[in-house]
Amino acid sequence: MTDARDAKVPDSPPDLPDPLEMPAIACGAMAHSRPYPATPAMQQALGFAGELVPDWKNKAIAKMGDLVGKYRSLKVYLDSCVKCGACTDKCHYFLGTGDPKNMPVARQDLFRKVYRRHFTLAGKYAPWLVGAEDLTEEVLQDWNTYFHQCSQCRRCSVYCPYGIDTAEISMAAREIMDHIGLGQKYSNEIIGKVFKVGNNLGLPPKALRATLEGLEEEIEEDTGAKVRLPLDEAGADILLVTPSADFFASPHMEGLIGYAKVFHAAGAKWTISSKASEAANFGMFVGSYELMRDISLRIREAALELGVKRIVIGECGHAWRVAYSFLNTLAGPFDFLDPNYPKPQHICEYTWDLIQDGKLTFDKSKNDHMKLTFHDSCNVARASRMGPTPGGQFEIPRNIIKAVCNHFYDMAPETTREATFCCGGGGGLLSDELMDLRIKGAQPRMRALEEVVKTNGVTHMAAICAICKAQFSKVLPEYNFDREMIVSVHQLVSNAIVLERAPDPDGE
Amino acid sequence: MTALTIAYVMLFYAATLVLVGGVGYRIWQFATTPAPLKIPTTPAPVTTSGVAFRLAREVVLFESLFKANKWIWVFGWVFHAALLLVLLRHVRYFQHPVWDVIALVQPVGVYAGFAMVVGLLGLWARRFLVERVRYISSPSDHLMLALLVLIGASGLMMKFVAHTDIVAVKAFFLGLMRFEFQPLPADPPLLVHLTLVAALMIVFPFSKLLHAPGVFFSPTRNQADNPRERRHLARWAAALGDGPTRRQP
Repeated sequence: MTDARDAKVPDSPPDLPDPLEMPAIACGAMAHSRPYPATPAMQQALGFAGELVPDWKNKAIAKMGDLVGKYRSLKVYLDSCVKCGACTDKCHYFLGTGDPKNMPVARQDLFRKVYRRHFTLAGKYAPWLVGAEDLTEEVLQDWNTYFHQCSQCRRCSVYCPYGIDTAEISMAAREIMDHIGLGQKYSNEIIGKVFKVGNNLGLPPKALRATLEGLEEEIEEDTGAKVRLPLDEAGADILLVTPSADFFASPHMEGLIGYAKVFHAAGAKWTISSKASEAANFGMFVGSYELMRDISLRIREAALELGVKRIVIGECGHAWRVAYSFLNTLAGPFDFLDPNYPKPQHICEYTWDLIQDGKLTFDKSKNDHMKLTFHDSCNVARASRMGPTPGGQFEIPRNIIKAVCNHFYDMAPETTREATFCCGGGGGLLSDELMDLRIKGAQPRMRALEEVVKTNGVTHMAAICAICKAQFSKVLPEYNFDREMIVSVHQLVSNAIVLERAPDPDGE
Repeated sequence: MTALTIAYVMLFYAATLVLVGGVGYRIWQFATTPAPLKIPTTPAPVTTSGVAFRLAREVVLFESLFKANKWIWVFGWVFHAALLLVLLRHVRYFQHPVWDVIALVQPVGVYAGFAMVVGLLGLWARRFLVERVRYISSPSDHLMLALLVLIGASGLMMKFVAHTDIVAVKAFFLGLMRFEFQPLPADPPLLVHLTLVAALMIVFPFSKLLHAPGVFFSPTRNQADNPRERRHLARWAAALGDGPTRRQP
């Protein structure tokens, strides 16, 4: 990170590429990018057809009709688009690749043209007029290709005059593909592991316990404080549900250490559950209400079994969307939890409340070696909230960073808050075979980052999403940044928090 | 009564039936299709009145479009605002006596006719000039604009080029409403104008013009952001029961 750290702040902003710069249209530029298919075993474990069924066309159309009848979003969005073009330059994958099928409206049209052919009068009798098409093998391949180039980030839905959300359509397309036997390996394999072992990584309870004990030792070595990371402790007040990446990856783990220190400083009785050792819910990525619900029910069961009064969710973007927006619907009602606290609560809400109440002490200088910026994760920014007022999801993480760091600089406003760009790896695309797409999709964010690096000397970017953190660790080097430039928000909290040392048992 | 009058009487009854029945049916479909999940695009209002205000801003000001693209916003907003004035100006053909507010709109309505056509031409130009918009345009998108431009142009022609006996036109439409049919003047611009308007009415429920009712039913815009406070459950989702849906391996 020496390059950025040593960079002098220039007198005038240097000439940098605009994060929103429009690419030239390049038809078929990303036609090669397709996910690995799920194996028959992975498919069947989730109740889907093992491989492409013989009468897949009819099955797909029938499923489409089923979904259009079940989801008002899908129905209204398929009928309402006027092709105004407002969304055409809003997708990071379009900006990064120039492939016109990555324009949100063009992506939707891959689905809409089949819907029109089979479910509308104009499409049935004058398909050429309204661009209606049959579901051919070629169209199905396009679905598999381009609905796996949508990270369901909802940036397009901010700008659409009718609020059309391409994520809703890509979710429906993926559900149809799962249904006819064309599943995506990455997501479906992971969902299988959650059911089998309890988390996305397939980390069994024993290994999880060993990991947590290791972290306890590490914290004590570093700080002298006996900070605990309890597992399956019945009678705890708070159940922490966090993405399983927090148990092994970097900088995720540093974030987990931060949560533990905050709980410790607050004197909270908390626990992690081996049954619900995963906040992520890939059921959302594949568009399945049923899978998303089954995964969510684990959290309810764990909370009931452990007898907790509160549920707190760790740093994870889509997990927070599922927890904040859907958990009450999918696994509620949570009338057994303490009504004095939001159900569930984000770890940032929890920490910010403590900061406001003056319950935490910080030495901000511990973060003085860093100049921070903050990446708003798409699902937190555009699909959830923190705190009592709209927009709290932007203010609370920034407030925490400013409470624990002396140097904070925001990136360009057209790339932050509700206008934030996806990291390029969300929505079930954080898979190695999609690396080319992930690198190109990260371009708008990387350019915005470059701007604050060059003008403000920013050295690190904080995020509150496991996928963002993993994705940036991989793609930062592709843009000549250090891979360790990405940090967890609670890692910063962890650095600065002042803990009382445990009394020395030997009295030395 | 001439064959022409009879034909237009039939045409307008049919067009009205299709428009009202068709749009009514689509609204019923939108309204009865469940929205199983809370998906407002956030930051979103947390109260119902807040949602009403958000929708009002979308419908009156095209707020999201303004954020997205100033050119589309200018042309689109000018077209829609002008169309509203033009429609209000036309209300006088369907009532006697004429309300004061409709009388007041009359002079503005004339200029709105020009603004409407200008807005439409701007939107149409984008379909040729902007590569991205050209890529997503279907023949129907061009035809819809052509239809609206021709309606506007034929309407303006009657005012500024070849005057039509508007007293007779008004008598015709009041006759339609009262089932006391009156003859329709056989002026070409009028007949073109009326034919295209009837075509637009018939196409409405089967086309992208459904965006007009659609925007009110868009879950990303019409839902309040209160999922933690109020449990939201669709009927089909409730029918899944309390336990897991699938047998877990």
